[in-house]
Amino acid sequence: MADLSQDTSAKVQGPHYGEHKVKTNTYLRNNWQLYVMLILPLVYLILFKYKPMLGIIIAFKKFNIFKGVWQSPWVGLANFRDAFSTAQFWTALKNTLILNIGDVIIGFPIPIILAVFLYEVSSKFVKKSTQLILYLPHFFSWVIIAGVVQQICSEQGLLNDIIRAMGGNSINFLSSPGWWRAVYWISGVWQGAGYNLIIYFAALSGTDPSLNEAAYIDGATRMQRIWHVTIPQIRGTITMMLIMSLGRVMQIGFERPYMMGNTLVQDVADVISTYVYKTGLQNMRYDYAAAVGLFQSVVGIILVLLVNQMAKKFGEEGIM
Amino acid sequence: MGELKNSRSNKRFQIITGTIFIIITLIALVPILRVVSTSFSSKSAILSGKVTIFPADFTLDAYNKAFSNSNFTGSFLYTIVLTLVFTALAMFMTILAAYPLSKTKLKGAGFIMTAFVLTMYVDPGTIPTFMNIKSLNMIDTVWALLIPGCLSAYNLIIMRSFFLSIDKSLFEAAYIDGCSQFKTLTTIAIPLSKPTIATLALFYGVGRWNDVTDNLYYINTASLYTVQMQLKQMIDSVKISALEGTTTALVADNIKAASIVVSMVPMLIAYPFIQRYFTSGIMLGAVKG
Repeated sequence: MADLSQDTSAKVQGPHYGEHKVKTNTYLRNNWQLYVMLILPLVYLILFKYKPMLGIIIAFKKFNIFKGVWQSPWVGLANFRDAFSTAQFWTALKNTLILNIGDVIIGFPIPIILAVFLYEVSSKFVKKSTQLILYLPHFFSWVIIAGVVQQICSEQGLLNDIIRAMGGNSINFLSSPGWWRAVYWISGVWQGAGYNLIIYFAALSGTDPSLNEAAYIDGATRMQRIWHVTIPQIRGTITMMLIMSLGRVMQIGFERPYMMGNTLVQDVADVISTYVYKTGLQNMRYDYAAAVGLFQSVVGIILVLLVNQMAKKFGEEGIM
Repeated sequence: MGELKNSRSNKRFQIITGTIFIIITLIALVPILRVVSTSFSSKSAILSGKVTIFPADFTLDAYNKAFSNSNFTGSFLYTIVLTLVFTALAMFMTILAAYPLSKTKLKGAGFIMTAFVLTMYVDPGTIPTFMNIKSLNMIDTVWALLIPGCLSAYNLIIMRSFFLSIDKSLFEAAYIDGCSQFKTLTTIAIPLSKPTIATLALFYGVGRWNDVTDNLYYINTASLYTVQMQLKQMIDSVKISALEGTTTALVADNIKAASIVVSMVPMLIAYPFIQRYFTSGIMLGAVKG
């Protein structure tokens, strides 16, 4: 209130100054509640999103538990050099790339093919129920999926029941490295194809049916129409999805490899995220694990930018 | 298109592709059917390989055993409460952030919004995040499961763009009527955005129900484990015993299957709602993405 009385006196001396003051006051009177609302979200943002970013410096330190992150001595790139000379690190890196590239090769085309053909189906029932059921596994946690996979692929699982019924010998799907990868990729398709199918299906709904009709009248076969008319119209979506999955080949979620893996397939199932967990949180080598994690993020960001740049060169829009 | 639809080759195509899609759908259902039927079968029927994708020797034994395990029953109820509390908290925070940030004329709003969006691209990583939670003394407390994820930038963007799409004249009218910003939020903005709020609540709820990583990273006390974490340990115990070559698993297959089914059930109940909202959610994300 004291401010208000000051305002009137200020107005006498200089109208501009005074008006500004009055405006500031009305502004605050109208908006202070908005700023109050922002207090909690801001505290959250600083405490849980930006403060931990400062903690990244642990990757450049020799962490001493008694001194804490800030007081521990700097060691430059020693943790990184340490990682680069550790065989397990390279194994984890290699496995991350192999599992992710396999996901792209196997998992990327399937939903596109499904969506394009499902779009041609005229039965509403088939269209709806296919989407509904294929989308369902997307809502299961990787714990549930790992449990389901065990029930299908273990010694007593469904697959081995079938193989035995046909007179074959049972296969150790979960403990032989080659089979384990296949199981990893296929369960990824089972979990994710429905989600991507819906994205492509939505893109297809935005295409122009008259182009298809014109091609039909010109005598194009169905395959020719799909290849030359339908797919070019959703090329933007396809490229965007490809950029995103290629840009992510360095990133790997934690739960999927961790839950699906077991000690017998460590050599193919250990990836960066599980390696960081094991070295960092289980063996408490925080500094070392932070360096591994930071290396992964930096290379990951560079990759996203590179792939995005490439897409722009090929005349696509890109994601940034 | 009439000619196209009625042609004989089209009919043939429709029958063939329709059948293929029905087969694909059934194959995708098989793993779920197998787990469900294992959970309703007796132990001896499972060991003798009689269970296919239909139960053999029908029994509720596995469910009785799963629920008589007080760890499992307890964590099931606890996870439901945790999910509800988390969802309420997360919606509270998201609305609290989204509403002021949707006021484009608010000084500083643009800057704060950018700060939120940046967190989607720059992630501090597992270890720094862990050290942060540790320095806040949240390790091994329920807060570690409630607070770190209670405001997602992705959901904030969706909520904010919905608030932005509300007709500005409604807010102006409220202002002229002397409504405070709090009152405008609760009487105009929130009631108008119920579908978006429901969608985001489902996003948060499903995420909380399914997440097991934060249990693994931050929780050591078994009584704070969510149902997914209990399930993980059950699956792991079978894994270990299978690897040691012993034939008697620590947890029988049918009990494990029953536990899987039980932890799926809340998702299955919510699925009809979820899939409707999530489909529009994906689209919202795609437009903004």
